[in-house]
Amino acid sequence: MNKPLKHPTALSRRQVMIGAAGLSFAFALPGRAGASALAAARSGKALSPWVSIASDGTIMIMSAATEMGQGSMTSLPLVLAEELDADWSKVKIVTAPAVEAIYGNPGFQGMMYTAGSNAVTSYYGPLRIFGAQVRRVLLDNAAKTLGVPVDELTTEPSLVVHSKSGRRLSYGEIAATAEVPAKAPEIKPDQLKKAKDFRLITKDVMRVELPGKVNGTARYSIDLHVPNMLYGTVLRAPVEGSVPDKIDEAKAKAIAGVVRIVRLPYGVGTLAETPWAAFEARRALTQSVTWTRTGTAWGFDSDKGIERFAADAKNPARMSTEWSRIGDPRAQMPKAASTLEAEYRCDYAYHAQMEPLNAIASVSPAGDAVEIWAGTQSQTTATEAPAKILGISKDKVKLHDMLMGGGFGRRGNRDVDFIIDAVLMSKEAGRPVKVMWTREDDFANGRFRPISAHALKAGFDPSGKLSTWQHRIAVDRVGAYMDPVRYQAAGGKDFIAMLGADLKGYDVPHQLVEQLYRDTGVRTNPLRGISFIANRFATESFVDEIARKRGIDPVAYHLDLLKGTPRAIKVVERVVQMAEWGKKREGRALGFAYLDYSGSQVAGIAEISLNRTNGEIKVHNFWCTIDCGVAVQPDNVVAQQESSIVYGLGVALTEVITIKNGAVEQSNFYDYHVPRMKDVPAMHIEVIQTDNHPTGAGQMATPLVAPAIAGAVAELTGVRLRHTPFTPDRVKKALG
Amino acid sequence: MATSFTVNGKAATTDAPPATPLLWVIREGLKLTGTKFGCGTGLCGACMVHIDGKRAYSCQTQVSEIAGKSVTTIEGLSPDSSHPLQKAWLAEHVPQCGYCQSGQIMSAADLLKQKPKPTRDEIVEHMNTNICRCGTYQRIVRAVERAARES
Ligand code: FES
Ligand code: FES
Repeated sequence: MNKPLKHPTALSRRQVMIGAAGLSFAFALPGRAGASALAAARSGKALSPWVSIASDGTIMIMSAATEMGQGSMTSLPLVLAEELDADWSKVKIVTAPAVEAIYGNPGFQGMMYTAGSNAVTSYYGPLRIFGAQVRRVLLDNAAKTLGVPVDELTTEPSLVVHSKSGRRLSYGEIAATAEVPAKAPEIKPDQLKKAKDFRLITKDVMRVELPGKVNGTARYSIDLHVPNMLYGTVLRAPVEGSVPDKIDEAKAKAIAGVVRIVRLPYGVGTLAETPWAAFEARRALTQSVTWTRTGTAWGFDSDKGIERFAADAKNPARMSTEWSRIGDPRAQMPKAASTLEAEYRCDYAYHAQMEPLNAIASVSPAGDAVEIWAGTQSQTTATEAPAKILGISKDKVKLHDMLMGGGFGRRGNRDVDFIIDAVLMSKEAGRPVKVMWTREDDFANGRFRPISAHALKAGFDPSGKLSTWQHRIAVDRVGAYMDPVRYQAAGGKDFIAMLGADLKGYDVPHQLVEQLYRDTGVRTNPLRGISFIANRFATESFVDEIARKRGIDPVAYHLDLLKGTPRAIKVVERVVQMAEWGKKREGRALGFAYLDYSGSQVAGIAEISLNRTNGEIKVHNFWCTIDCGVAVQPDNVVAQQESSIVYGLGVALTEVITIKNGAVEQSNFYDYHVPRMKDVPAMHIEVIQTDNHPTGAGQMATPLVAPAIAGAVAELTGVRLRHTPFTPDRVKKALG
Repeated sequence: MATSFTVNGKAATTDAPPATPLLWVIREGLKLTGTKFGCGTGLCGACMVHIDGKRAYSCQTQVSEIAGKSVTTIEGLSPDSSHPLQKAWLAEHVPQCGYCQSGQIMSAADLLKQKPKPTRDEIVEHMNTNICRCGTYQRIVRAVERAARES
């Protein structure tokens, strides 16, 4: 567990320490506090380094990203261990404390935040350099001890070797007496290991937390028991922005084991000695609380809302803001020799991480400190928000970041609703409290992938070439709601709603993407695949539609548009081979989609059949290729694509959240259908290793699924599906 | 009014009210937290245990039904992760977030007990009770097949 940090701000740029356990190092990532590389100092204090080496050879490496099943807890330390040439069996991984100056993610302005499939991408470079620096210090010390020039020394895992004399020193032996230089050794890029010398990267080591996940010992926050702990539940308003009005506590309080009913700023809490009493009390409260009619979502119905969005997206008189532009689309579109228009829609979707949200908090009796156990995608927000609500400084918040039973974007919102529950309840109780949401709470208080309506228009030159592209999106805001701080920092740009709306990599000279900002008042969050799911459904479907309208094979059409993007062509050509695109199949058809997702090149092909009587689509096979540069853990990249495809399948076919009068209508897995084993196609994934800088792998295939299926349905029936999910009713209606 | 039963071969008692789901007694009373809460409604399988040798949703089993019965949880499946399914699960790198996996393994163990060499269709049919939101289904099938082969 994390060591409490008394004065994290006292950590200066001078962050190489001799710790109690031996040689310890820390470094600051570039771009902050002027600390561009390893700076050195001596200190007897054990502070919080990235790595320390004990004299018995144990190497402790800090894990800065949180673990929700994506594997970062292994892959980040692995990168450091590679350059350090550490014996992986001697490595112990420890979750890093919430100290942004050291552990912050360079991809998120130094926030500690695990999202956007960005952990390996952002930390890869710094962790390699740092591993190499530590190795270099060990080599220098060994040279001194052995009395030989340092360039006669090499390393093997956790050993320095002098091959001339056959002498060897273990890292543990060296660490015991090592001197740390005043200034960190400089490592030039060409001094880093060559890919051919990798012992860990690309070699598929066992993820460190897996053994505990097959015998029940892996610990999620919901599993913990803190001495003297109470159980809590929270009943929230059905509509965002409403607060409790009248509370009739009598029934809930009468339940044996119930300690107190608590009025919270946004809901009503129950505190009880046992979990069953807390849940019973919550049930009893549902009929006994009335709510103020505050908040914007009252009166909002999502089925009418999406109609309005669609009408607005189509109507050029409706105000929009420019999201991105290439060339001169406004001037060019009217000059087009011919045009084509289409509309697409997407519904709200729910994360459904398997672990219902929960947290444990223990507020000190004086209310001046708090200890928190939670699974979070951001150690920063998980410490800042509680500090703010308690009116204490962030260093008084001690966070134990636990394994997450799934994240998918649900656990990164700035206000960390599920942690604040526990903090406020513990403050009220004067005891530690574990607050657990029921699955019904998790639905009702869900923060959804937003609804969106897409109006697309393509302009062609006289030769028929696609020359101008316009994509207008009316979409419920996400960034402004889920993280106002980052939203402001991004200049008021809603990346979480808009990314993926352009045609990255495609040869289309004039492009315009416009946003129609909408705020229905419904709670929203990024969801796995983020806005790429909706926006690529629209754009890839439209490209497919254009190709078919012009009588061109959709893959051939894609390849032509992608001709300036060789990495894209490679993933497309390979997936086409794997699926035997072009081969006729009895009663089945194929559909294709491609995506550049934050640099990762992904292509997918779905093979489907369709029951015309009941409207059910069956996906039989899904082929997928991915080039994410150096795949640090290739089998895990495969696993993540399998996982992303299954996730995409649900959002494409069955998963829909509807809002009635501002409230969520679904409540559990009987009225919200996530994929089960029977629904899942055979998945064929190929990782194309390249020596490009690693890019994301955790959600890349999700956005491919809906457009690939829609393309396959068009191939099979000639009918275009325009509204995800493609529920049987919608499919039947589309078929006429 | 205490209810007595056995869990993983050891005697256990609880004084939880009769309508309390066994799940909460296991997790919070006995602190065997390998068994998970996912939906509380018999729809996800995260809470799967064995009762008298057969799989059961612990969230759908009340304390009043377990007197004198023998409950096995993931912690009792093997003392050292040596059950063929546990080994196969690691060999196939099945878990992602891992939250559903105790339930998956308990379901699969029940299948292999009934049918040591299940067909792929039988595996899918049986395992359809268990949701994995991380979508590890393809690897679960492979792991069950491997365990059947190697045990
Ligand atoms: S928790 Fe029992 S089936 Fe979901
Ligand atoms: S591994 Fe995450 S839900 Fe199955």
